[in-house]
Amino acid sequence: MLSVEAVSKTFGGVQALRNASLSCAAGEILGLIGPNGAGKSTLVNAISGVLKPDAGRVRLEGKDITGRGPEFCARAGIGRTFQTIRLFKDLTVRQNVEVAHITCRAVRPDVAERIDIDRLLAQYELDGVAHALAGTLSYGSQRRLEIARALALGPALLLLDEPAAGLNENESEVLAIAIEGIRQDVGCATIVIDHDLRFINRLCDRLCVMDQGQVIMSGETSEVWRDPRVVEVYVGQSQPA
Amino acid sequence: MDYVLQQLLNALAFGAEYSLVALGLAVVFSIMGLVNFAHGEIIGVSAYSVFLAAALGLTSPIVAVLLAIAAAALAAVIFERVAFRPVRYAPTTTGLLTAFGVSIVVQNLFMLLISPKPQSVSILNGLNQMWFFGPFAVSSLQVMELVVAGLTILALVLFLNRSTLGLAIRAASRDFATVRLMGIRANRVIATAFAISGALAGIAAVFIIARRGSVSPDLGFSLVLKAFVACVIGGFGSLPGAAAGGMLLGFIEVGLLVALPQEYGGFKDALSYVIIVTLLVYRPEGLLGQRVELGDKEI
Repeated sequence: MLSVEAVSKTFGGVQALRNASLSCAAGEILGLIGPNGAGKSTLVNAISGVLKPDAGRVRLEGKDITGRGPEFCARAGIGRTFQTIRLFKDLTVRQNVEVAHITCRAVRPDVAERIDIDRLLAQYELDGVAHALAGTLSYGSQRRLEIARALALGPALLLLDEPAAGLNENESEVLAIAIEGIRQDVGCATIVIDHDLRFINRLCDRLCVMDQGQVIMSGETSEVWRDPRVVEVYVGQSQPA
Repeated sequence: MDYVLQQLLNALAFGAEYSLVALGLAVVFSIMGLVNFAHGEIIGVSAYSVFLAAALGLTSPIVAVLLAIAAAALAAVIFERVAFRPVRYAPTTTGLLTAFGVSIVVQNLFMLLISPKPQSVSILNGLNQMWFFGPFAVSSLQVMELVVAGLTILALVLFLNRSTLGLAIRAASRDFATVRLMGIRANRVIATAFAISGALAGIAAVFIIARRGSVSPDLGFSLVLKAFVACVIGGFGSLPGAAAGGMLLGFIEVGLLVALPQEYGGFKDALSYVIIVTLLVYRPEGLLGQRVELGDKEI
């Protein structure tokens, strides 16, 4: 589904990504983790077309989408949410979702036909506030709305940038269930970035660990946590408990 | 009573014209963050199109009106494609300078290719007649200006609220970068915004030609400065604000003309700006603009 091959990106003198590679299959939930400044958001931005990589390739369903820009990537099937919530705050909840659905209707009409906006809002417990302005929602609801909006795009790949940030334990659990539901309902590949390791471990099939712009380890969740490089990044030189 | 009604109609007609031009500026600014000072030259292109068509033998006012609107919309789209698209992601000041550049180039083209002097255009003079309602005589042009501006604003509101493209434009005016991440085609949204802006300029041009009966190279420039002021009063980027700001500016100007003794009439503009600045001191975001909360991370 998604294949990222040796992507590099430099900002001024800082190398934010160094030959970063990963892959994510349809129906898979991949966790992208690492300390602050590891390059996770830069990699997501390179995948979603916000940044043009200096080197390397990004392919979605076999199609080269490297550096083609955010419109192209979204139309190719990449839906995403943001570390800092970016809703259209003075449009209604429903209108936020409709904006993404415009693209889906234009480029994947067969997929768009299967997306019922009212059902989508109900799934994310937003049906009661469908006509409220997005900016008036609680933080947790705004997070759910971002995901609903990304799904209205009918994505082949869903990028969730810190979806559990600022949520309490209960809200995180509800969100984890919702993301698992996406796998069953939509079947798209999903990449989740988050610092909440309990949330990540509970949700993800595989993990990809980044540090200083590089992917230092990727594999099954349990296998990754046994890797000494990952342990060093997260807890220093000592052995994991 | 007759005098009061006449001045009220004057204020509404001036306000309607400012509102139309201000809305054109605001539609583009809300999406691109561009203050398009070349908007006056879009009015100019529209007016000179009617002048040229009349010189070539066009006699139908209806066709002249349609031509004025179509030429303005086309000119706006061409300005965007040729001048503004290459600097779309450049700093705001680059866009501003580009707009001034386009304005100067187009004004000079009018002077070089046609004439620096005003040229008579009488094809739309028929719009400017006196209508009598019982004891009252009113200018047909002013009534039409008011009605057409109202209908145009209504049509714009319906388009923005009821159509798919309108929804995309409204979303783009809130967060252009996020709209692109939703797969909405930036070029199409911006071209549509420019076409709408141009059409509004074209409608304003029709009334200007009908009132003045002539065209000149600087026809739209001073009007755009007033429209800019109207946008600031209303809250820059807010479409309802632009309409309200235009109307308020019309009322301020006519109000001062009525209130000031004749020997002080020359102070009208100065006093208008005193009122506007006072308003902005108390409401810096404008009438309908949104106050920006910086929050604790952006101090």
